[in-house]
Amino acid sequence: MRKMGFFDSLKQGLKRSREAINEIFYMGGEVDESFWEDLEDTLVMGDMGAGVAMRVTDDLRERAARENLTRAEQLRDALIHRLAAEFPAASRDPFTDLPSCVLFVGINGAGKTTTVGKLAGRAKDSGVPCVIGGADTFRAAAIEQLEVWGQRAGIDVITRERGADPASVCYDVVEEAEKRGAQLVLIDTAGRLHTSSDLMRELAKVVNVTRKRSSIPVSVVLVIDATTGQNGLNQAKEFNDALELDGLIVTKLDGTAKGGIALAISSQLGLPIYRIGVGEKIDDLQTFDALDFCRALVGEGM
Amino acid sequence: MFNSLSDRLQDTFDKLRGKGRLTEDDINVAMREIRMALLEADVNFRVVKNFVARCKEKCLESDVLDSLTPAQNVVRIVLDELTVLLGSTDSKLTLAQNRTPNVIMLVGLQGSGKTTAAAKLAYLLKSQGHSPLLAACDTHRPAAADQLATLGSEIGVSVYRGDGRDAVAVATGSIREAVDHMNDIVIVDTAGRLQIDEEMMEEAVAIKRAVRPDQILMVVDAMTGQDIVNVVTEFANRVDFDGVIMSKLDGDARGGGALSVREVTGKPIKFVSMGEKPDSLEVFHPDRMAKRILGMGDVVGIIEQAQKVADEQQMEDAERMLREGFTMDDLLKQMQQIRKMGGLQKIMGMIPGMERAMSQMPAGMDDSQMTRIEAIIHSMTKEERARPKIINGQRRKRIAVGSGRSVQEVNQLIKQWDEMNKMMGKMRGMAQQMGGKGGKKSRRAMQQMMRNMGGGMGGGRFPF
Repeated sequence: MRKMGFFDSLKQGLKRSREAINEIFYMGGEVDESFWEDLEDTLVMGDMGAGVAMRVTDDLRERAARENLTRAEQLRDALIHRLAAEFPAASRDPFTDLPSCVLFVGINGAGKTTTVGKLAGRAKDSGVPCVIGGADTFRAAAIEQLEVWGQRAGIDVITRERGADPASVCYDVVEEAEKRGAQLVLIDTAGRLHTSSDLMRELAKVVNVTRKRSSIPVSVVLVIDATTGQNGLNQAKEFNDALELDGLIVTKLDGTAKGGIALAISSQLGLPIYRIGVGEKIDDLQTFDALDFCRALVGEGM
Repeated sequence: MFNSLSDRLQDTFDKLRGKGRLTEDDINVAMREIRMALLEADVNFRVVKNFVARCKEKCLESDVLDSLTPAQNVVRIVLDELTVLLGSTDSKLTLAQNRTPNVIMLVGLQGSGKTTAAAKLAYLLKSQGHSPLLAACDTHRPAAADQLATLGSEIGVSVYRGDGRDAVAVATGSIREAVDHMNDIVIVDTAGRLQIDEEMMEEAVAIKRAVRPDQILMVVDAMTGQDIVNVVTEFANRVDFDGVIMSKLDGDARGGGALSVREVTGKPIKFVSMGEKPDSLEVFHPDRMAKRILGMGDVVGIIEQAQKVADEQQMEDAERMLREGFTMDDLLKQMQQIRKMGGLQKIMGMIPGMERAMSQMPAGMDDSQMTRIEAIIHSMTKEERARPKIINGQRRKRIAVGSGRSVQEVNQLIKQWDEMNKMMGKMRGMAQQMGGKGGKKSRRAMQQMMRNMGGGMGGGRFPF
């Protein structure tokens, strides 16, 4: 049911291009110039970026000529698989392969705190001993926000007052987590723009301290808003250069945004997508499925 | 992917360099680059299509600046068009005069920066002598009211939190609070909502109905991608906002969304938000935004440079002509310029009175005659061109043979040049006379006059 909702909302935004594709399909499914243009448009509108969209469309066009694919339906399928292949598979899921310590990084308003809250709720439900670390000591009321999530999930939040050094907060969190024998440690950090070099250095320190101190594997996850456009690539690149990211979480896919930028980032930087957020509820944070995602991006066969 | 647009445009420039006039194909090439630039800046796909189509039309029908290369001309046109489209620098909030308190309501998606923008706006209004009140109507996100309260206390603006449960009740309560505490402006911070969330959109409409805001501002993240069109369209239809605050412009996002918003809703961008400090709410500059969207601040610099160089060149030419007289090379250059602009007939049609003047010329000038004159000049040596006075009978004969024209025609050209040079001499005399009285200043005025003369004749220095 949830999945349906996810598709329904994504379908909404694709209506026009899907109708165009279907038209070709019903009229005998012959592929002509307008089909390719339409396909390219669809991909661009999904925030995949004009460059990637053109490359993929050209690839596909070549393949269509080679394998004699003339029906829109066949091509769409080929496209979906072609796109899905762009995503690297995750060798390890930091939220199920325990013990694990995860740092959430990203720009302001990407949805880091909310994601931490949801994941903590999940952990509690499945009985995993978990702690939340509040290293966003900068934004007003970030700690309070996290504490509310902690209360909802029934999980302790380890943090310090606003203005404290985030690296030392992380140190405390890891230490406390070890003392309690927590299997999953989720640490929220302050949002920052990738262009602010001071804050990026601060974050690098936070990550280094955590990696050094922690005896359990540490993953650094970039949280990215699905509505983000082409700047997402700059963001991811900067964060990756500074922190050596392990993977991505794409949030706010419940709107009409299709999150094509996730594909661009994932394939370009070789980062797996761990979770996607498709709604406000705790359960709406789902495991990523490349084929499903690409179907939504292109428009499923119908 | 990370190549800057400037580099790519430069490549296109190189391909187009040396071409005097733009063909439709040239424009198509340039438009493709512009299209890519706009898409990479996250301008919505359909907006790009319309915009590029419009620009192409403009390029085809617009006058070109001679001092710029064709590609630069295209960029100039696109930039102008973009700046116009992005609207005015009017960052004023329209508030009803006879109402206290005035109400400003902020709406937007989750994480777009509403709460931060609310505090910044309060800070701005406070510094303008108002007494704002912040209303924490985000009753959904945990601790959103705490965040606003913290920000409020930092900038010394009081925050109304109400019961923290019913957003509409908090909003109406804040108006009463403002009346009680003599606040003249209430800034209503609302919860972030997705445009497709029916319930939440209903709530926004309910808040609007309850407080009847003077201004509704939509906060839009500068990093938003293609979906921005769906978002703003839905918000415009449901709650109808008056203007936009672009947030997170301190990053390196090109902010093409600004163009999409303007194009789709027609609503102005009122402010840009540039950081986390309360004083970082700035006036929107459409020209800067246009350059940012095209990712080409430096290219504009190049254009300006080209314009400057061309001007300097023109100045130098004028000065040299005043000093040394008019050479055959000058004559040639002018004729070539006329060619470039579409030939003599076209120009004559454009200059009032020119036709009559031309008819008085011996043999009547037409384009084919210009070709002949060009041929004659080409047959002169460098020295002869610089100092036509040295052209004696023997030289005349040689030039005539070289260019395949008669000696008579060569004589005619030299006579024409002589007339022009005399005219130049008179002007030089005038300039010196004036120079005697007014010094440097009047000499500059003279140069200006000469330049204008050239300009008035369609950009070229047409001697006839």
